[in-house]
Amino acid sequence: MIEIKNTIEENVQHIRVIGDVDASSSIHLDNAMREAISKSTDIIVDLSELSYISSAGLGVFMSYLQELETNQQKFILCGLNEKVLEVFQILGLDQLLVIKENLAEARQQLDAPV
Amino acid sequence: MRLSIALAVICWVVFTYFDLLFLLKNPTTQGSPLISRIFLALFLALVYFYYRYSITKSDNFNFLDLLWKVFVSGLVTTLVSLGISVFYNLFGSTAIGKSPLLSNLFYHINVGMISGFLISTFIIWKKLILYQKSKLLMQFWSLFEYSMIGALLFDLLGYQIPEPIAGAMFIFLLLQAIVLTFNLKWVAYLNFKQKWKSILFIFLVVVYLWYFFRLLWGYEDKDFISGIFLTKVFIAAMGSFIMIYALIAILVILFNLPTSSVFERKIKEAMDFQRLSQSIPAGQTEEQVYEILLDSSMSAVFADAAWIEIEASAENKPITYYRNLNRQEASKVKESIKNSTVKKILKTEFDKVSNPQKITASLKNSDYKTIIVFPVMVKNIQIGSLALLKEVNEGFNREMINIINTFVNQASISIENFRLINEALENERYKEELKIAKRVQKALLPEGIEDISEFELHAYSVAADEVGGDYYDILKIDDYSYTFIIADVSGKGTSAAFHMSQMKGIFHSVARITSDPKKFLVHANDALSACLEKTSFITGSFFLIDTRKQLLRFSRAGHCPSLYYCSQEKSSRYFQNKGLGLGIVRNKSYSNYVQVNEINYFKGDIIILYTDGITEAINSDNDQFGYDRLKNSLELRAELPPVEIKQGIIDDLYEFTGSNNLNDDYTLVIIKF
Repeated sequence: MIEIKNTIEENVQHIRVIGDVDASSSIHLDNAMREAISKSTDIIVDLSELSYISSAGLGVFMSYLQELETNQQKFILCGLNEKVLEVFQILGLDQLLVIKENLAEARQQLDAPV
Repeated sequence: MRLSIALAVICWVVFTYFDLLFLLKNPTTQGSPLISRIFLALFLALVYFYYRYSITKSDNFNFLDLLWKVFVSGLVTTLVSLGISVFYNLFGSTAIGKSPLLSNLFYHINVGMISGFLISTFIIWKKLILYQKSKLLMQFWSLFEYSMIGALLFDLLGYQIPEPIAGAMFIFLLLQAIVLTFNLKWVAYLNFKQKWKSILFIFLVVVYLWYFFRLLWGYEDKDFISGIFLTKVFIAAMGSFIMIYALIAILVILFNLPTSSVFERKIKEAMDFQRLSQSIPAGQTEEQVYEILLDSSMSAVFADAAWIEIEASAENKPITYYRNLNRQEASKVKESIKNSTVKKILKTEFDKVSNPQKITASLKNSDYKTIIVFPVMVKNIQIGSLALLKEVNEGFNREMINIINTFVNQASISIENFRLINEALENERYKEELKIAKRVQKALLPEGIEDISEFELHAYSVAADEVGGDYYDILKIDDYSYTFIIADVSGKGTSAAFHMSQMKGIFHSVARITSDPKKFLVHANDALSACLEKTSFITGSFFLIDTRKQLLRFSRAGHCPSLYYCSQEKSSRYFQNKGLGLGIVRNKSYSNYVQVNEINYFKGDIIILYTDGITEAINSDNDQFGYDRLKNSLELRAELPPVEIKQGIIDDLYEFTGSNNLNDDYTLVIIKF
């Protein structure tokens, strides 16, 4: 089960991912990501309510890295629980993505000068 | 059965013999002795039983055949008695013709033949009456039959019984006969032609009967005849019954003649319906179902022309069949529909998305005056439409619409079943294909890797589906060095299996060129960047084992950290080196993320390689098996050979999850130095 909510606050898209992301629900995540990128604003993905992510879910984040860079859209993950963070770290995605502890830090990061 | 007919003939002979004997002794007295009466009764009973079994037993329920039998036996009887008449006409004036003995013998022959005819007809009538029997009817018929037997006994004993009692008995039987006579359900099942034939046959039966009674009556007047056959209640009742039934049957058939076409049509509809519903088991194709639907609908409502258009058949090619009109005429009709008043309804009709409905319309400017269009639905989606045309106005009544509706529904069910069967077959084929894929993939994993002398090795891999994305392999580089890989393709199932085979190709080609872990991973990432799907990646760990230096060099590409057991410290730890999955960064910068580690190993050290299917296996509480449980499981068994370590870990894993059916591919490789 997965629920994805996208709200725009101060020209930044906040995507909240709630539930599990496995092979089948990763399609919804993919759709949400594509839509968010098409709006060409910065994106914060709040994963504080994400309990599990499979390799297929990681694949979704990974597949947009190039596009985000080309579009110069900032992309920040935040609120990852211990297990989820571990999965990102083992794969090495933490070296490629900006991961912050919580939403406040994520916002701060966006406001900080490049 | 043969016995009964033989006995019947013997009885007849005996009965005739005694009668004639009696006549010789008492030429003036009328009547027959008791003994001959007994044999007459016996004869009748035997004939009765013979026919009862021979006719009832045969499964033939063709009414015309039955009537034909009656006709033929009547004919034979008539011919015999006519033969006797001819004999009298020729020799009537001679001495032989006047001999009472001979005339009496002929009488007996007539009696035998006629009673045979009567009884066989009686039994056939019985069969007709009891067609579509109910319990009540059966009981009533049994009563009638027993009454007949009673009459036979009555005849046997009651020669001296006064007329009124015999008359009462006769009337009693007659009443029963009349009640039974109104069971003529079989008539409805005859078609028009058969009805005419039946009338002919039954009419002839009536003629025979009339002739026979005249004949016997004629004998009655001659006082030298010994047996007074006609007065016997049994024969009289039977004859009357046959006669009444025959007359009523003729009337009923006559009255049924005009409606028989309706009945025939109903039966044809039922047959068409059956044809539609049975068309699938009969091995017919979808196209044949459409044709049957079209033809049966047309004939059911007497349509002058019709067509069926299926837009989405199983093969996704449109199918159209036209009857009595061609494509141009059909499109002309469609044009004229557009111009007529039902234009709006028809548009939704041809529009697949909106709720389809049946429509009828009166056409203008066309050879046809009425059209009716039915949607053909499969799984609530309209796949096409059936159109029927008539040259008269208001050509389709409500009943016709109902019939077509039933036909269309049945055809839809047939087509739905047909598609389901095909899908099932297709699935079966896919399963077979997957079995092959499974076998092929199994061959991709190395075999006989336990035979290496420098260290012990054991590997175990299970896919969640038929095929999976886990891979491990070992390659001997030279006498002292081996390279080893474990890899896990993201996702699972068929797509993962394809990437897994690519990984094997890369390992076997690149590892032969460079056994350096970093170089290997950079090359592998390069190669995979070009061929992996956008959202797919592969995690892996690559090891180079130098048995001479007892050195282990390794790099991790985003794979689960390997577990290393140090025999000296008697404890284990996970390697904490950095790394990045293959195919995540698809450019030269990948090499920045690869780190190479080196350790020296000692005898008894163990390295455990696994895929995340093991650590991420969850139990019913959604807890993961995790790293600590794996570590404990190993440390408990560190002294054992790899096979037993593997078994122990798998046992622990299954015990934890409470099932040995995990949701992901999982692989466990144990190397013990």
